[in-house]
Amino acid sequence: MGLNECTVRELSGRLKRGEIATEDILEDITIALKADSESDEPINAYISFDPSLASSLVGETPEGVGKETLLCGVPVAVKDLINVSKTPTTCGSAMLKEYIAPYDATAVINMRRNGGIPAGKLNMDEFAMGSSNETSYFGAVRNPHDRAKIPGGSSGGAAAAVAANLAVCALGSDTGGSIRQPASMCGTFGIKPTYGRVSRYGLVAYASSFDQIGPITKCVADGALLLEAISGYDPRDSTSAKEKTAHFIQFVGKSIDGLRVGVPEEYFTEGLDEEVKNAVLRGIGLLEKAGAVVVRTSLKYTKYAIAAYYIIATAEASSNLARFDGIRYGTRVTDTNDLSRLYKENRSRGFGKEVKRRILLGTFALSSGYYDAYYLKAQKARTLIREDFTRAFRDVDLIVTPVSPVPAWDIGTFVDDPLQMYLSDVYTVPANLAGLPAASVPCGTTSGGLPVGIQLIADHFNEADIFRAAGVIEEELQ
Amino acid sequence: MNLEAVIGLEIHVQLNTKTKTFCSCSTGFGAVPNTHTCPVCLGLPGALPVFNRDVLKKGVMAGLALNCTICSYSVFARKNYFYPDLPKAYQISQFEHPLNRAGFVRIKDERGKERSIGITRAHLEEDAGKLVHDDDPKGPSFIDLNRCGMPLLEIVTEPDLRTPDEAYRFLVAVKEILQYTEVSECSMEKGELRVDVNVSLRETGEDAFGVKQEVKNLNSFANVKRALEYEIKRQSRLIRSGERLTQQTRLFDVSKNATVQMRTKESAHDYRYFPDPDLVPIELSPQEIDGIRETLPELPEERRDRIKAQYGLTDYDVEVLCSSHKIARYFEDSARGYKRPKKIANWIHTEVMRALNETGKDIESFAVTPERLRELFEIMDGGVISGKLAKAVFDEMAASGETAAEVVERKGMRQLSDREEIVDVVEAVIRDHAAVTDEYRSGKKKAFGFLVGQVMKRTGGKANPKIVNELLKEKLSNQPGVEDH
Repeated sequence: MGLNECTVRELSGRLKRGEIATEDILEDITIALKADSESDEPINAYISFDPSLASSLVGETPEGVGKETLLCGVPVAVKDLINVSKTPTTCGSAMLKEYIAPYDATAVINMRRNGGIPAGKLNMDEFAMGSSNETSYFGAVRNPHDRAKIPGGSSGGAAAAVAANLAVCALGSDTGGSIRQPASMCGTFGIKPTYGRVSRYGLVAYASSFDQIGPITKCVADGALLLEAISGYDPRDSTSAKEKTAHFIQFVGKSIDGLRVGVPEEYFTEGLDEEVKNAVLRGIGLLEKAGAVVVRTSLKYTKYAIAAYYIIATAEASSNLARFDGIRYGTRVTDTNDLSRLYKENRSRGFGKEVKRRILLGTFALSSGYYDAYYLKAQKARTLIREDFTRAFRDVDLIVTPVSPVPAWDIGTFVDDPLQMYLSDVYTVPANLAGLPAASVPCGTTSGGLPVGIQLIADHFNEADIFRAAGVIEEELQ
Repeated sequence: MNLEAVIGLEIHVQLNTKTKTFCSCSTGFGAVPNTHTCPVCLGLPGALPVFNRDVLKKGVMAGLALNCTICSYSVFARKNYFYPDLPKAYQISQFEHPLNRAGFVRIKDERGKERSIGITRAHLEEDAGKLVHDDDPKGPSFIDLNRCGMPLLEIVTEPDLRTPDEAYRFLVAVKEILQYTEVSECSMEKGELRVDVNVSLRETGEDAFGVKQEVKNLNSFANVKRALEYEIKRQSRLIRSGERLTQQTRLFDVSKNATVQMRTKESAHDYRYFPDPDLVPIELSPQEIDGIRETLPELPEERRDRIKAQYGLTDYDVEVLCSSHKIARYFEDSARGYKRPKKIANWIHTEVMRALNETGKDIESFAVTPERLRELFEIMDGGVISGKLAKAVFDEMAASGETAAEVVERKGMRQLSDREEIVDVVEAVIRDHAAVTDEYRSGKKKAFGFLVGQVMKRTGGKANPKIVNELLKEKLSNQPGVEDH
């Protein structure tokens, strides 16, 4: 078995005992990547992978490698919109295809302090805008379980790399489901932490009030380790929370006897694939068998989630992405004396279709005369959705739902039907609207062999209950 | 048709914090371009702003000094527009929820009548960078982002001003308040204070406003006045000839002493303001606001009244001393613990002002510190030097940076107060000028002055004039022998 196939927990133990070195793991990943790239249908999980650069970082992190740290020198692949100093940070866009980050994101600094070695930058939907990883300037990512299918998005490269053993573990980001949905479709564990748990400093912003960095891993325990490694208050992010970081792995394997689990009826209606539904219900059954008390609950404003999300997120994006003009950095496609032409050409040609669509949507939603009808109303809906959860969590510890209404679809299916694509985010965006922690845990496969994940949503900063329940589901399914 | 002008101002003032609004870069002036920058103020991908609490403190101080209501809840918003000096393509400002609202500043109009000018709001925002254009119009433009993220307070007035002169007086008053409060140096040369004006005309007595014209980026109060005068003439000419004005943004062209059109209302920006999701709302408790209020120095009006009463000065003294807060402070520091403050006040508006004019120095860097000035007065009072010599000593102090005692010592200017020594000189003078002495004794009192002058001359001006007077009188009346002849 190659080291690339091992879990973080296994590798950190062997690194600590000195049986292996980080370089050995990097070598096995390199071999696996080479094999994949030579195959007929490569997964295309990475935008850049430079094992010698990763090795050089080992030397720069002596306090964390092979020592009593959380990660002890385990390589961690990073979604390509998280800044890793001296490496390209393209955001999957032509706009930044030659951009080299001059500093480390706080999550990366924390991870390195805990012995994690940034190793490779992962493919993604352009600027994290997409649910299928088809909008990347660097090409679509394939699902390791069926290469004709999408891996989910926008952290498609992260989920596919971990599922295909092209990475030991990965950092993704989740704005409307971008960690959970690909994790579900690729059969990995993925968790979006509570908004504010992980610093956003150094994460290239898509929609600032939603974005969170989180781990995508082969197992629940690895997710707990990696989340602990990146978490913590950061004075450089005003929205970062002064919340203590727990040793999350202690909750994995803990009993869930008496845990109150709510099943919201609004998440099991029309549009939910039968096979997905059955897998999720089986997952709920496993929790009940392990001692959880399953009750019905209601999140009645769920139906407004997609509309609210796509207005607020695109509004924020239209402003966040305005800085990309090719003047100070990034791709400049034209040299002209006409300032307005310079902006137009660089932005028209530097951005892909989906990014431009969302910038236009957001620009419209913020325009004078429309602001109240769209942006402000969406913010009101957001408040109602948040209150929905507050009410629900008075009665339950955890809310359990599907992640995606359908399993992975064929590449190309919704490329020209953005609305259908947006609607597939229906179960994941509410947690982002409310800033709640939510994870996807594998809970079965379809008859076609495609993985299905179950979503566990907890109250703010209650990742502990997610790890308890996720551990149970994982164990019961083995 | 009798037209009156309606004028409102927008004043941008740079707050004098050490670091920028949302990062820890220096706010120092005149650095090499693009050296006071970091990922945050460069707007690099992934960088996030963190609010500098010192900016908040200064913003609240300014608000209090302008008699504003300080809002317990205020929010940063993004003002979106594209320009190469704005690296994020949005400026972090405040829109719906400004820090300060509803203030006023009192001024006196041309006829000395008191007027209260309303302040709509005074909110916080960050500055943009600066474009440096090549001399060749076809040449390149350069971007200097050092100024990017500098803290600004934007003060917006009510349309309460009626004449260019009133606008000028108002600006002087606002500048004085901000300098007193020490929230800004308000140096126009460094661009720390910039003004946009809004002006429209209407028939006197009308309530409705005319069509307003905005004139942007005026960098001196004199230009504000000139631009307003020009606009009022231009608009009234158009109105009188029956033309319909359209809302415009104009620029003042200093070389032509005229305003020129920049953009019309149709081409105005839609800034798409929305709350900045990277920053949390600013919340201020009444205790916090009171805490800042306690650190607020005395304001110009209060200080004028107090100084006049406390030191027993005239209106004229106070006007001169309080023309700048630095001079007022210099006076108070000099007069501290000194019995005759009026003497110091006189000295400041004559000697100190003259020396500052001659040396071109700022009072803060003036070699004769308040303590040293007081020392000079004490030495004078103690009879060590005469009032006449004091001026020379003062000039030496200003030039050499020495204390009064050091100058007196070095130059041997110590006043001669030893009666024994003076007696010898007095007797010698009487002896040598027998004729004059006789004239005096025969009633020609003027001759006395000549004799004093002779004593002073022989002592190099150092003799204590009081003692000289006493001794001369004594000696002149003590020689009866001459009278007896």
